[in-house]
Amino acid sequence: MAVSAHVDENEDAPELIPGATAGVKSFVAPPETQEAIGFTPALTDGWQERALQRMGELLERYRSLRVFMDACVHCGACTDKCHYYLGTRDPNNMPVARQELMRRVYRRYFTPAGRLFPKLVGARELTKEVLEEWFTYYYQCSECRRCSIFCPYGIDTAEVTMAAREILNSVGYGQKYSNEIIGKVHRIGNNLGLNPAALRNTLEGLEEELKEEVGREIRFPVDEKGAEVLLVTPSADFFAEPHIYSLIGYAKVFHAAGISWTLSTKASEGGNFGLFIGNYDQLRRIALRIREAALELGVKRVVVGECGHAWRVAYSFWNTLIGVGAGADPEDRYGQMLQRQLDHRYKQPSHICEVTYDLLERGAIKVDPTANDRYVVTFHDSCNVARASRMGSSSEGQFEIPRAIIRRVARRFVEMNPETTRERTFCCGGGGGLLTDELLEIRVKGAKPRMKALKAAVEQEGVNFMATICAICKAQFTKVLPAYGFKMSMVGGVHQLVSNAILL
Amino acid sequence: MLVLFYVASAVFVVGLVLKLVQYGRTPAPLKIPTTPAPATRGGVIWRLVKEVTVFESLFKGDLLLWLFAILFHGGLLLVTVRHLRYFLDPVPEVIVWLQPFGIYGGMAMVVGLLGLWGRRLLIARVRYISTVSDHLWLLLLLVLAGSGLLMTFVTHPDVVAVKAFVRGAITFSPEPFPSDLMVALHLLAFFVLLVLFPFSKLLHAPGLFFSPTRNQADDPRERRHLASWAAALEREKAGAEER
Repeated sequence: MAVSAHVDENEDAPELIPGATAGVKSFVAPPETQEAIGFTPALTDGWQERALQRMGELLERYRSLRVFMDACVHCGACTDKCHYYLGTRDPNNMPVARQELMRRVYRRYFTPAGRLFPKLVGARELTKEVLEEWFTYYYQCSECRRCSIFCPYGIDTAEVTMAAREILNSVGYGQKYSNEIIGKVHRIGNNLGLNPAALRNTLEGLEEELKEEVGREIRFPVDEKGAEVLLVTPSADFFAEPHIYSLIGYAKVFHAAGISWTLSTKASEGGNFGLFIGNYDQLRRIALRIREAALELGVKRVVVGECGHAWRVAYSFWNTLIGVGAGADPEDRYGQMLQRQLDHRYKQPSHICEVTYDLLERGAIKVDPTANDRYVVTFHDSCNVARASRMGSSSEGQFEIPRAIIRRVARRFVEMNPETTRERTFCCGGGGGLLTDELLEIRVKGAKPRMKALKAAVEQEGVNFMATICAICKAQFTKVLPAYGFKMSMVGGVHQLVSNAILL
Repeated sequence: MLVLFYVASAVFVVGLVLKLVQYGRTPAPLKIPTTPAPATRGGVIWRLVKEVTVFESLFKGDLLLWLFAILFHGGLLLVTVRHLRYFLDPVPEVIVWLQPFGIYGGMAMVVGLLGLWGRRLLIARVRYISTVSDHLWLLLLLVLAGSGLLMTFVTHPDVVAVKAFVRGAITFSPEPFPSDLMVALHLLAFFVLLVLFPFSKLLHAPGLFFSPTRNQADDPRERRHLASWAAALEREKAGAEER
């Protein structure tokens, strides 16, 4: 499929083009994919009651959903904040309208106003047509949370999208892409289906290549008991480009600092698609692999590689889900178990950027920034890192620490338009379970706001490298940069730059 | 009118309390503050204070909307303070001193409401997401504010009698309702608002305080956060593993 786009296209388009992306749909998960992860295989009679029952359960389990269903006043502050709306002008991609797809059903079945006066408050029955709309537009949301920073009540469309996907899954109407990946992570250990033997092979090959290239034995240890650090990283880092250059960067950092580390075949995936589909049980089960690996290998620290949503899950949820963190109650057995093992002089879990930044600050590793002189670097904040996590101990560490690393390892660093960075950053267009070919059209269009800011930085400042710390951002940009006339090699990881500059 | 006074107040109080209990009892299983977020309780309170008083997020999002929203809500606050004179006896000095500001408040409300309605009608995106009830709310609030201003500047009802009626109602020693159409309209509109409050988007006011993206501290690595049902799930799974 050839999709090309221009950043100025659509600028004079009318504000709203109803139905513009109504036809851009994910593939529905086949029954065997659903069953493999314990989900209802297919949509069958009685789905409507089951969907409403699940919705009722979620309303009781998640205060976010309950409050967000009630509190919206339709003020419209969010309407022009979503990259998919800006790229498509489809009104259903306005965050409030996306939420309304569920809120109208909520009103009809769960509020007196909607039961008594459905027309007046815009309430709507949950018909097959509505379900189809959910499936279309809740898979045109990347759960990036940009809308939520502008909402006067903090309504986060991501929470609504996750609930909708959970309801869809509960009636057997899942998305093929996400659910296949979840199947793979359980069956094989990672999202890309790389089995332990293949993983070892790949890493051995990498060691040999590096030995030739830099003349040092830089190791990529796997399942090594007693290592200090367990590195959990997105599996794309093992062979995709440009991801692998960051993996080499992590290995060089550990090598140069003399920190023993290991990867795990059991936990050979940082990503956790349980987040994307809003399924607590999956989120927890996928995270549990990390606890098992950490306990088995007896590591003192758990460090997470460059992956946006993985960092959100690790930073914000791991302590809740599996006890990686601190501060568990004394009677909280499973929280205590891991917390006794971990070294609390370090934040648990740590981001690889926190590790590298700390080593740079202490002078424990040395770099030569001229090694990156061919680059004018800019930084793309990834949504899950920017708006759903932090790094270090200052509340804006997730913005400052990666930038501080870049400034140390490269001499020319410039910012993109501040309306598009830090907490206001635009999603790459491929997050939240949308990184699949059948959604390429929405992915290309959703990348437009970021591409526009990048284009300005390229033209005004000569930027030729956009660093980022997310595997999905990297994969998405390699695919869509060419559609906007850029080279796909323009995108890469922060640790790719570290790798170039570090002195071994 | 007295009966309506009690019915409306009862529906408002009971409905709102039930909603607050529902919000309070519903757990937030995961840490989801929109970051950057404060790491401490005190920081969270400060964040909420800023949201409630100066609409910080809205300010970031849409300046014109923020202006109308501040005019309306700020005006509403001043008007509410002015109306305390009908409930309190004797009227505290500070409320007396603030009386004239209530009138400016009423004007600000009307300007704000007209601005908000203008947006709803003129901006295609906002028009698209507006329901019939959104327009009716603006109408109701304009009736309330408009009738209030009309009484201040044009019809001048017997405020002493109005106060006697209100004081009588809240002290359960009823006084007659002054026969004044404008006062009746003003009060009826207010009762409609009270009755609908717990069942409508007016829940945005209490909702903000319960919004996990705004009221959670950003300290997940330091403190293990476990919701009741998640803790129960832990115990159940642990039990299953041991068996």
